[in-house]
Amino acid sequence: MTYRVHIRVVPRAGLLDPQGQAVEHALAALGFDGAGDVRIGRAIELAIDAKSPDAAEASARQMCEKLLANPVTEDYSLVVEA
Amino acid sequence: MLRVAVVRFPGSNCDWDTYHAVANAGADARFVWHRDTDLQQAEVVILPGGFSYGDYLRSGAIARFSPVMQAVQEHAAAGGAVLGICNGFQILCEAHLLPGALVRNDRLTFVSRPVWVRVERTDTFCTGEYARGTEMRIPVAHGDGCYVADEDTVRLLEAEGRVVLRYTRGENPNGSVADIAGVCNPAGTVVGFMPHPERYADPVTGSDVGAGFFRSIAAWLPGGAARSSA
Repeated sequence: MTYRVHIRVVPRAGLLDPQGQAVEHALAALGFDGAGDVRIGRAIELAIDAKSPDAAEASARQMCEKLLANPVTEDYSLVVEA
Repeated sequence: MLRVAVVRFPGSNCDWDTYHAVANAGADARFVWHRDTDLQQAEVVILPGGFSYGDYLRSGAIARFSPVMQAVQEHAAAGGAVLGICNGFQILCEAHLLPGALVRNDRLTFVSRPVWVRVERTDTFCTGEYARGTEMRIPVAHGDGCYVADEDTVRLLEAEGRVVLRYTRGENPNGSVADIAGVCNPAGTVVGFMPHPERYADPVTGSDVGAGFFRSIAAWLPGGAARSSA
């Protein structure tokens, strides 16, 4: 079975995110005063052939640990769609 | 004659400068392609600057999985010398041969200019010619040069004297923690830094203050103590 996996990778909390800060300032300049704590990361979508949703998730987690996210600077989260 | 392998990835662009600096220093420079798995018995491996694989995903993240990197890992594990310059430093961090990571410059702009750095460690294979505390201007050229590591790692690097190069005279160009421009592994056999000494290794480029890194390599005695002028 093929599962669609949605992966989000964001800079680790506490780590300086200059892109997020720049966008936050731009939002403030546009008048969105309530917006803060902007973090900019990336979204990765992929299809995995696996026997079960759990197997697909385990495989996707390995991909994140080994390549898709840098464990030193980034956190990831993922959702497996049947 | 000491043999030095300069690894070329798709997108490497400092390969010829590095080769030239190594050859000029009197070592036997060889190019090794990223698909090769044979380092040609090189005693020293250099990962040069550039934009391997277009910096896709993260700088150095894809190059880390090139076939040649398995050989580089084995070379490093056996105590062989490895130097990563700029993109090469990013690759060594991604490959976990050096701690920490290099992220987007704090001011978000690509920085390309000479900056002041200080040589903090002189008993490595590539810094033996310099006196400790030597300050010089060397070009940097990077968008992802902000060195980050967790507090414990930075404390360890400082305690073990593993900061090889440090930005000085208020010239930190990218927001790196503790003004770190380059670090090494515990044995000092794997070194990475952001500045490009190969661009200041020949008077024709305006300065040759960086040639000492390559003369240090050429004079290095594998398996023995590095020669130090300090």
